[in-house]
Amino acid sequence: MIPDWLTPAIMTIITASTPLVFAAVGEIMVEKSGVLNLGVEGMMIMGAVAAFAIGVTTGSATLAILFGALAGLVLALIFGLLTLNLRANQVATGLALTLFGLGLSALIGHSFVGETFSGLPKLDIPFISKLPIIGPLVFGQDVLVYMSVASVFFAGWFLNKTRWGLVLRAVGENHDAAHAIGHPVNFVRMMAVLFGGSMAGLGGAYLSLAYTPLWVENMTAGRGWIALALVVFASWRPGRAIFGAYLFGGITILQLHVQGFGVAIAPQLMSMLPYLATIVVLVLISHDVNRFKLSAPACLGKTFHPSQ
Amino acid sequence: MNKSSLIGIGLAVVLIIALLSSVGQGPSEKAKDDGKLSVGFVYVGPIGDHGWTYEHNEGRLAIEKALGEKVKTTYVEKVPYGPDSERVIGKLASSGTDLIFTTSFGYMDPTIKVAKKYPNVKFEHATGYKRSDNTATYSGRFYEGRHVAGLIAGKMTKTNTIGYVASFPIPEVIRGINATILAARSVNPDVKIKVIWVSSWFDPGKEADAAKALIDQGADVLFQHTDSPAPVQVAEKRGIWALGQASDMRQFGPKAHLTAIIDDWAPYYVARTKAVMNKTWTSGDTWGGFKSGMVRMAPYNKAIPADVVALAEKARKGIIDGSVHAFQGPIKDQAGKVVVKAGERASDKMLLGMNFYVEGVDGSIPK
Repeated sequence: MIPDWLTPAIMTIITASTPLVFAAVGEIMVEKSGVLNLGVEGMMIMGAVAAFAIGVTTGSATLAILFGALAGLVLALIFGLLTLNLRANQVATGLALTLFGLGLSALIGHSFVGETFSGLPKLDIPFISKLPIIGPLVFGQDVLVYMSVASVFFAGWFLNKTRWGLVLRAVGENHDAAHAIGHPVNFVRMMAVLFGGSMAGLGGAYLSLAYTPLWVENMTAGRGWIALALVVFASWRPGRAIFGAYLFGGITILQLHVQGFGVAIAPQLMSMLPYLATIVVLVLISHDVNRFKLSAPACLGKTFHPSQ
Repeated sequence: MNKSSLIGIGLAVVLIIALLSSVGQGPSEKAKDDGKLSVGFVYVGPIGDHGWTYEHNEGRLAIEKALGEKVKTTYVEKVPYGPDSERVIGKLASSGTDLIFTTSFGYMDPTIKVAKKYPNVKFEHATGYKRSDNTATYSGRFYEGRHVAGLIAGKMTKTNTIGYVASFPIPEVIRGINATILAARSVNPDVKIKVIWVSSWFDPGKEADAAKALIDQGADVLFQHTDSPAPVQVAEKRGIWALGQASDMRQFGPKAHLTAIIDDWAPYYVARTKAVMNKTWTSGDTWGGFKSGMVRMAPYNKAIPADVVALAEKARKGIIDGSVHAFQGPIKDQAGKVVVKAGERASDKMLLGMNFYVEGVDGSIPK
């Protein structure tokens, strides 16, 4: 017999994992093009504050989601201009972007502290959404959850099955060669950076609209960094990234449940568990060192200028 | 490294400096000759946390309201523990501030250090235990609020399960859990309490996840000893009860919010500021509860039956007049050993160092 708490627990796992899926898939696209953007946390928090502010003022979930993505995109544009056009150091710029996003979001969000948003509408198909377990899990989520899963398929398909995906990977592997055969290296990278930014923005929007529909400073609480780590441990594959995100979310929620059942394990250890387990599992599935090296974009973090 | 990447790093550094410098700006341009008493505040979080720091700032505003033209207040928010806090406190002291409130436990040593250098400035440190001639300490008996909240929870629960979202296993938090269960069981002996530690004071997502897990395991009244309103919001959505922490969190769950334990620093802050004005300020320790007004209850939810409200009010008034105590013996620990004998009350010393669960708490204290 299925225990009563199982379905809601799985629902919670999905909510906890979705922001990570968005941010990780976006960052995979960015890194595959050879750019390392450490500003994921900053872009996420900007997405969160923008989505919440627009959601509360207009009451429209669609506009809120749109502006969440847009806010991430604008921050990514700053990053792109600095690193691609001015050839700034990507690591330093990314870190600055995170600090900048955290500060700016606090400033913007100041007047929205204490407001609440009614939350995203959930899909509700008569009868089907009421089926045991499958109903609420598969047919009872909000639109952003479906978007996050779709984005994984999109990224996988785009990177591996399309011409532009091939160009993007070429740019990330060897920008000089890609440039030599006539591909617009910095344009491709800018597009990837903007895509990554809007995905991080969506991840943030999910936090402030659905996960905990409120605004408080620093509400991302380090999720951007977890997404960044997932990208590496998933060896830059969208499919593995979603697996990693759900594994991380799953263990986070399960350890809370285990505590609730009164199992005596130190909570500090429990809090470590999601990180530990995710790293171990992803390292195991990508244990082949040579293949792992191959999947890392060779030009990751290197700046490019056509005249050099 | 080429020229333009240097420019990029330069820009990045400028961004970082611009952000960090905002921390130090507050007190610098301060003139001392306007005859006003100058009061400074050091906050650990943002005013917008809607919890701990928010209430300290309300206390600051109360000083301005009560004393008007005679005072001038300043604050510096989000000051990290360590050398940074010493620098900020020192700057406040050197720029002519007469009275400085440092509002988090981690400022204890920096406060004492700076206080030594500025014997004419008065210092007030929240929740610490180190004092000097010009450094006083103060804290709230929040467990008195938990007693009242526990009574209400014991009466309101249908599943006889209270969920408790906890931060870190320190005496302050354990005292709150014990006060809650003792009160709840005094009106409903079948009540159990489930505790989930989230290892953070502030992580809305994780607090919400813990709240959901507790509800999924049968809790229908939710307590929290973390600072964000996320658990109250979850309770509202799931249709169960919740109790707010540190400030009135009603707006996050109008139906769910039974009441909240409010840290009200305003009376203390106003009194201490007046004491400096009248030159009657002395160092000392204040652990205030309902009686001094440092701990208050938020308005009771309309859904609470009148007899339960009466019970809660009776306990609150009893604590004020001394006839009721949250830790009234006999109290047994989890092993059944009597720790407070019948007719006796737990001493402040025991309360301050509390590191055991009383009977009725599920699980054990993490070591």
